[in-house]
Amino acid sequence: MTFAQRVLSRASGRQVATGDIVQAKVDLAMSHENSALVLASFREIGAKRIWDPAKVVILFDHRVPANTIKTAESHREVRSFARDAGLPNFYDMGEGICHQVLPEKGHVRPGMLIVGSDSHTTTYGALGAFSTGIGATEMASVWATGEIWMRVPETLRLRIRGKLGPHVRSKDVILHIIGRLGADGADYRCVEYTGNTVDAMSIASRMVMSNMSIEMGAKAGVCFPDAATDSWLAARVPGWGGISGDLGQNAVPEEQAEFDVSDLAPQVACPHQVDNVCDVTEVEGTRIDQAVLGSCTNGRLEDLEAAEAVLRGHTVHRDVRFIVVPASREIYIEAAKRGILASLASSGAVIVNPGCGPCLGGHQGLLAAGERCISTTNRNFRGRMGSPSAEVFLASPDTVAASAIKGEISDPRRL
Amino acid sequence: MANGRVWKYGDHVNTDLIIPGRYLDDYNAASLAAHAMEDIDPSFASSVQKGDIIVAGRNFGCGSSREQAPLALKAAGVGAVVARSFARIFYRNCINVGLPVVLCDAADMFDTGDRVELDLSAGTICNLDSGGCARFDPLPDFLLEILEEGGLVPYMKDRLGR
Repeated sequence: MTFAQRVLSRASGRQVATGDIVQAKVDLAMSHENSALVLASFREIGAKRIWDPAKVVILFDHRVPANTIKTAESHREVRSFARDAGLPNFYDMGEGICHQVLPEKGHVRPGMLIVGSDSHTTTYGALGAFSTGIGATEMASVWATGEIWMRVPETLRLRIRGKLGPHVRSKDVILHIIGRLGADGADYRCVEYTGNTVDAMSIASRMVMSNMSIEMGAKAGVCFPDAATDSWLAARVPGWGGISGDLGQNAVPEEQAEFDVSDLAPQVACPHQVDNVCDVTEVEGTRIDQAVLGSCTNGRLEDLEAAEAVLRGHTVHRDVRFIVVPASREIYIEAAKRGILASLASSGAVIVNPGCGPCLGGHQGLLAAGERCISTTNRNFRGRMGSPSAEVFLASPDTVAASAIKGEISDPRRL
Repeated sequence: MANGRVWKYGDHVNTDLIIPGRYLDDYNAASLAAHAMEDIDPSFASSVQKGDIIVAGRNFGCGSSREQAPLALKAAGVGAVVARSFARIFYRNCINVGLPVVLCDAADMFDTGDRVELDLSAGTICNLDSGGCARFDPLPDFLLEILEEGGLVPYMKDRLGR
């Protein structure tokens, strides 16, 4: 059985086949600011209590600290609900982005079925969870019953081979794959990332790929647990007992594709679609007004380190606003201890509090009409980060840092 | 059965185009409707009529899980969304808010403004101006039931109340 079939068989209590529609029991349900919408539906359906408070995580990350009065009021409403319901896993505005905080706090384990009212919930696949996004009303139904219907997806296994060159990172790999497969190239499917390139990646790097699986339409994007996963989880999951059981590594998937990334150049996704991908060399010299380092895709310690290493000894171009958003409080503290934040700030970066920052156009650095931004985030849709006539280019931390220095899209290998 | 005029769009219409992130601090359906499709078609929100139908190409609703996207369309008066394919979260969200979704490659049959008739249970969509019709597989019964009850909230309310 494939990974998807195994997890959904366990969660539904019967042996499933691809294409079956099953009623599955959820192991973890996450929601952020849109908990306000979840809560409205939860009350409207007449639900009295959350099915299992220990399996629900609520956290604020999209607009923190509150950017408008409306946000402040919806934060207040959810906050008081979480308190009254006695939810043990409520994180207020201080912790960071859900997709970093949940793994950090030990909520995510291999083989779990996780739903989140956020499309990038696929991130937890990097730790071997089957994890997918749903909407707010559906989350209300999960809060009430602990169950959800799901179609057992086909599996698309990607074998990724080769050693990545200098300044080429998992972000470049996933942008390249999305460019090849297209924005709906993995529609409805469970994508499995395998091969020696993935084996050599840190958990943070794997999270980048699982995170962006949704940008090609995938339902889940998984990396099979290994020794790196084991040691990462051992440091975070209380009572961690080690990785056990077969998760379907040896099953025959419905589809496979191979990628050799040995000679891959840094990649850039150009406006206004994530699958509009080219080598950085094709867009070098494009003037930029803003650069953003952060998000649930690339706001982790290794991302800040990589950008700092590129920026060290340089300064941010005078025509560029460089915004840095660490993905979590833990990362913020560690980056501060290591001097990374001081170094980035000395180079001219503006460092904001952990959260989603300007990624989804809520606050902390929106773009004016006609402006251009290069960003380590995950979407470059028209209007995503501000004005609908602004342009967003997506790239790795190295490429974003190099571009911030030069004031134009730049190849980090040739700085 | 739904009757209205067609609003035609291409492939990969994403949720940021359907309702931009800058309006997401508001959960009021009527205020969201005023900005529906704003960044792809600024005329949409002020001209759409109750019962009009969106007909699109591949991967409609890709991107974010924001339920405000189908909510905004529904509150603007959209009677159904017909597309060659949908992004999965948007598809589920439509059913959950009670906005009919139809998987059908019908974009070539229509231009914006054409009069359309859609029969969800029979699985037919017809262009009343050209006379052309196409068939599609109706939704599974349990999803049709959620739609018929007006979405997941009334559906769940009914079941939890039993």
